[in-house]
Amino acid sequence: MPKKTVYKATIEHLQILNEDGKLDASLAKNTLTDEEVAFLFEQMVIWRHFDEVAFKLQRSGRMGTYPQNKGQEAAALGSGFAAKKGTDFLVPCYRENAALFLHGLAPHMILLHWMGDERGNQIPDNVNCTPISIPIGTQMLHATGIAWAYKIRKEPRCVVTYFGDGATSEGDFHEAMNFASTLEVPCVFFCQNNQWAISVPREVQMASETVAQKALAYGMPGMQVDGNDMFAVFKATRDALDRARKGGGPTFIEAVTYRLADHTTADDAKRYRDVKEVEAWTKKDPIIRHRKFLESKGLWSDKKHAEVEAKAKKIVDEIIKTAEGIEKPSPADIFNYTFAEIPEQLRVQRDTMRTNSLGQDPSQTGLKTEHAHTR
Amino acid sequence: MPELNLVQAINQALAQEMERDERVVVLGEDVGLNGGVFRVTEGLQAKFGRERVVDTPLAESGIIGASIGLAMADMRPVPEIQFEGFLGPAYDQLVNHAARFRTRTRGAITIPMTVRVPVGGGIHAPELHSDSPEAIYSHSPGLKVLMPSTPYDAKGMLLAAIRDPDPCIFFEPKRVYRSFKEEVPEGDYEVPIGQAKVVSEGDDITVVTWGAPVFQCLAAMDELPDDVSVELIDLRTIYPMDTDTIIESVRKTGRCVVVHEAPRTAGMGAEIATVIQEACFLHLEAPVQRVTGFDTVMPYYKLELDYLPESPRIVQAVRECLAY
Ligand SMILES: Cc1ncc(C[n+]2csc(CCOP(=O)(O)OP(=O)(O)O)c2C)c(N)n1
Ligand SMILES: [Mg+2]
Repeated sequence: MPKKTVYKATIEHLQILNEDGKLDASLAKNTLTDEEVAFLFEQMVIWRHFDEVAFKLQRSGRMGTYPQNKGQEAAALGSGFAAKKGTDFLVPCYRENAALFLHGLAPHMILLHWMGDERGNQIPDNVNCTPISIPIGTQMLHATGIAWAYKIRKEPRCVVTYFGDGATSEGDFHEAMNFASTLEVPCVFFCQNNQWAISVPREVQMASETVAQKALAYGMPGMQVDGNDMFAVFKATRDALDRARKGGGPTFIEAVTYRLADHTTADDAKRYRDVKEVEAWTKKDPIIRHRKFLESKGLWSDKKHAEVEAKAKKIVDEIIKTAEGIEKPSPADIFNYTFAEIPEQLRVQRDTMRTNSLGQDPSQTGLKTEHAHTR
Repeated sequence: MPELNLVQAINQALAQEMERDERVVVLGEDVGLNGGVFRVTEGLQAKFGRERVVDTPLAESGIIGASIGLAMADMRPVPEIQFEGFLGPAYDQLVNHAARFRTRTRGAITIPMTVRVPVGGGIHAPELHSDSPEAIYSHSPGLKVLMPSTPYDAKGMLLAAIRDPDPCIFFEPKRVYRSFKEEVPEGDYEVPIGQAKVVSEGDDITVVTWGAPVFQCLAAMDELPDDVSVELIDLRTIYPMDTDTIIESVRKTGRCVVVHEAPRTAGMGAEIATVIQEACFLHLEAPVQRVTGFDTVMPYYKLELDYLPESPRIVQAVRECLAY
C-alpha cells in the first residue's frame, strides 16, 4: 500500500510594520489606531529610559543584578495592550516590564525586586499579574492552571504568559503546552524569542527551525510574528485572546525579537556574540521603526520626542525615588510570610533571631544576655 | 607553587582530568564559549572541543538524565547546574535515578558522575541563587555530597569525585569563589572523599562547619578572647561524614557548635548533634548548639546577612556554650 501523508504543517510569519517604518495598510486594518500607536510609542520611550537607568543603578551599586529589556519593548507593549486590563491576567518572566506597567503594576516594584526586596513581588489585588519569575520555564504551568480556573468558572477571562526561547527546552514548558491544549484553556503562550539564552544561540538551543512549530505537536495553533512590530504583535495576541475567550483554547505566539543588551548586568555578551549581529539588529530596534511611522503620519517630531524624553526622565526619577525611599525590611519579615500562622518554633527563631537552644533560652545557660526572648 | 582562587583551582582540576581521561565530558548551560556564568569552565571548550565541553539545552532534568546515560555508557560526565536553586527540575533524575541504579541493579549498572553546583548565599544574588540544599541530598541514599571551602581542597576533592565510581554532588560555595587565593600544587593529587579537616586545633570547644561559613567561624574566633581555645573542623564531605574526626574532637573538648547556612530543621546540624550525643554522651559539658539559617525561605539579598550564620551569632553561641 502506498504511503500517505497523515500530517502537514506550515508556520506563518506576520509582519505589518517593517524596519523602515512602512506599514502594510491592509494588514493593519482593525489593529492599532494612530492615537494608540502614539500612546504606545511614548510608553516605549519611557520604559527604554527606565531600563537604561536601571542598568546604571546596578553599575553604581544601588541595585543588584538586572536583566535589561532593551529591544523587546514592542513585544511587551503590543501583547500587553491586546490583553484586557483588569480582566485578563499576565504571568510573566522578566523581560516584559512594560506589559506589566500597562496593566497597572507600579514600576518601582520591579526595581524593588532587583534591589533584593520581596515587597517588589507583593502584587496588589487590583493588578492582574504574578511577580517576575526567575526559575526559567516554570511559570507557564501556573498560567495554565489560572486559565483552567477561568474555564471551570466560565469567566470570560484569559491569561497571557511570557517566556524566552531558552525556556522552551524545559520539561515544564512541554507539560504546560500539553495541559493547556488538552484542557483547552484560555491561555496565550507568548514566547519572546530574542535569539539567545544567555550565551546559547537559538540554533544550539533547539534543532527546530522555528520555536512556533513546537505548538503543532500539541495540537495548538502556533505562529510567528515580528516581535519588534507592535501592529503584528498586537494583532496576533488580540486574535488569540478573542479565540480563547470564545472557548477556542490556547495559542502559541513566537515573537521574533532581539536582546540588544547583555543577558543581565552580570553578563558580558561580547564574550560570545558577534558585534556585527548586534549592529544588524540595532537597525531593527522597535524605537526606530515606530518613530519613523509616526513621523510619516505627522504625529511625531523632534520637538515631541524631546518632550517625551524629558517626561520620561521625570517619571523615572520619581520611580527611583520611591524605590530607594523604601526602608530596609524588618528581619521579622523573613519569618512572617512563611505560613498563614507562624508555628511556635519559628516564632521563637523570629523573636530571638537565634537558632541555638541556649541563645533562644538564655535561662538555661545561667548567662545574662540582652537577647532574652518574649516567651 | 602558584596561588589560585577557588574558580581557578576547579578549572585546573577539570582541565587536568580531561587531559588524563578522555571519557570525561563537561556539559551544562553556558559552560562552553562563555566558560560558565562564574567562568569555572573558562577555556575548556577551546582546549578540548565542542564534543567534550557541551552547551546543552536549558533543561536541568535533561542535563542530569542524559549524564546518567553517558555514565552508564562508560563516559565520565561532569555536568554543571548553574545555581543550586535549579537542582529543582533535576531532583527526580538525581534522587530517583542516579542515586538508585547501583542498588536496584545489584551493582550491574553504576553512575560515575560528578554534578558541579555553585551553592550558598552572601553574594547579593537574585532569588533561588543563594540556597543551601546539602541536607536534602545527604538524606538521599546513594549520593555523595561534597563542599570544599578552599582552592587546595577543591582541586583534590574534585579529582577524587570524578574518579569515584558513584554519583557525587560537588557544591562550590559562591561566596568563596574569588574571595582568596592559596597555593595549589600543579600536579595530580586527591583529597579523599569522606575526610574532614581540622582547620585549627583547640581544647575548649569544637566548631563544626563546611563551605563559606568556615570563614565566618574563623572571623568569630578572632573576636573571641585569646584564652578561648577553639577546635575548628571543616567537614568538607557532608556525606559520607567523617564522624571519627568529630567524635574525637568532642570527646576532648566536651562542647560543640555546628554552623551551617541551610535551615535548622532536619539540617546536617541535627545529624551531627545526634552523632555526638550517641558517641560522646559522657564527655559532654553542654548541649550541642546549632547556628544555622532559619526555617524559612532564603530571603532576597537585603536581608540575607540577617539570615546567614554570620560571625556575631557564632561568637554568641560559642560563649553561651562555654558558659553552660
Ligand atoms: C531553571 C533555571 N535554570 C537556569 C537558570 C539560569 N538562567 C537564567 S536566564 C537563563 C537563560 C534564559 O533564556 P531565555 O529563556 O531565552 O530567556 P531570555 O533571558 O533570553 O529572555 C538561564 C539559563 C534559571 N534562571 N532557571
Ligand atoms: Mg532568549
